[in-house]
Amino acid sequence: MVQLTLPKNSKIRTGKTWPKPKGATNVRKFMVYRWSPDDDENPRVDTYFLDMDKCGPMVLDALIKIKNEIDPTLTFRRSCREGICGSCAMNIDGQNTLACIFGMDEIKGDVKIYPLPHMPVVKDLIPDLTHFYAQHASIMPWLETKTNAPAKEWKQSIEDRKKLDGLYECVMCASCSASCPSYWWNSDRYLGPAALLHAYRWVIDSRDEATGERLDDLEDPFKLYRCHTIMNCAQTCPKGLNPAKAIAELKKMMVQRTI
Amino acid sequence: MANVSQDNRPLSPHVSIYRWPLNAIMSIMHRATGVAMSVAAILIVWYFLALATGPAYFETASAVLTSWFGDLVLFLSMAALWFHYMNGIRHLVWDTGSSFGQKRVFRTGVAALGAAGLMVIVTLIVG
Repeated sequence: MVQLTLPKNSKIRTGKTWPKPKGATNVRKFMVYRWSPDDDENPRVDTYFLDMDKCGPMVLDALIKIKNEIDPTLTFRRSCREGICGSCAMNIDGQNTLACIFGMDEIKGDVKIYPLPHMPVVKDLIPDLTHFYAQHASIMPWLETKTNAPAKEWKQSIEDRKKLDGLYECVMCASCSASCPSYWWNSDRYLGPAALLHAYRWVIDSRDEATGERLDDLEDPFKLYRCHTIMNCAQTCPKGLNPAKAIAELKKMMVQRTI
Repeated sequence: MANVSQDNRPLSPHVSIYRWPLNAIMSIMHRATGVAMSVAAILIVWYFLALATGPAYFETASAVLTSWFGDLVLFLSMAALWFHYMNGIRHLVWDTGSSFGQKRVFRTGVAALGAAGLMVIVTLIVG
């Protein structure tokens, strides 16, 4: 259901402004969403100042510097710091991306950081992705076969393998799904761009033998067809992938198999 | 021990903090113009009903539609129609599975906006 305003317990109040670094000439302002489950207070936005001459270039560098030097309670996920684990997905400067590969030189003015939009917040910048992962699992993200397994391996031609380019690179960071207004309003039943991109990845895999069943499962007014080609997914994907195109191909296959 | 209850988790902000790209603005405008035109269609039906009812009622309907407010509603309906038409072409092309590239989405968006604006001007001149 469309609900434009935030629930009562989610309304954001003004947070704490932390002191500026002393003797710094190149200072940048960071506004970061904070919420802790340990008190009964509403979320807030804290303001931090960093000396950019002593900070790495990426947003994640700034977050780590804040945590190390100013406020150790700041909580966020991060791991690989090279855009391959998908842990540090968050809303930076109004768009969803990975903090580790998003350069601060791409942002004009203050750096505003929020968790992925329209998600339950576990703490600070950490969204609860349980439902998102369950939806991914529901599309059976593995090779389904009926014939006996070959002695060595399931083979694939170079051309068939090429069909998976632009799909297999997805790291399941949830940036796309959390950017999609359709997913905001209907995530209970709409699978969202990430899960659908993965669904398509297995549908067009030449080795997979459950294409019909996979399409049957998506034949539903909500699971697939809540995509209205808004395109926020492709626009925000930090890996440069195009879930909107994958979804369009799925819709096409749905029509093609009935004619 | 930390409170691990899931009930009190806040919902992260969405429409209020997201930076809306052109594609999203045009998408919601497509929806809005579609709904607005459905309402405008009822207005046209009302006009025809008035025409069928008799000269007196038709006079009233005509007076409403030719007032400044009627003109404004008809102008907005016309503009909505052209926007919906031009953006609808993009949607048709997308349904064939093409023109999904980032630059192309932006360029076709600007083109549809431009074409709709041009047709609004042409309609005003011709009408």
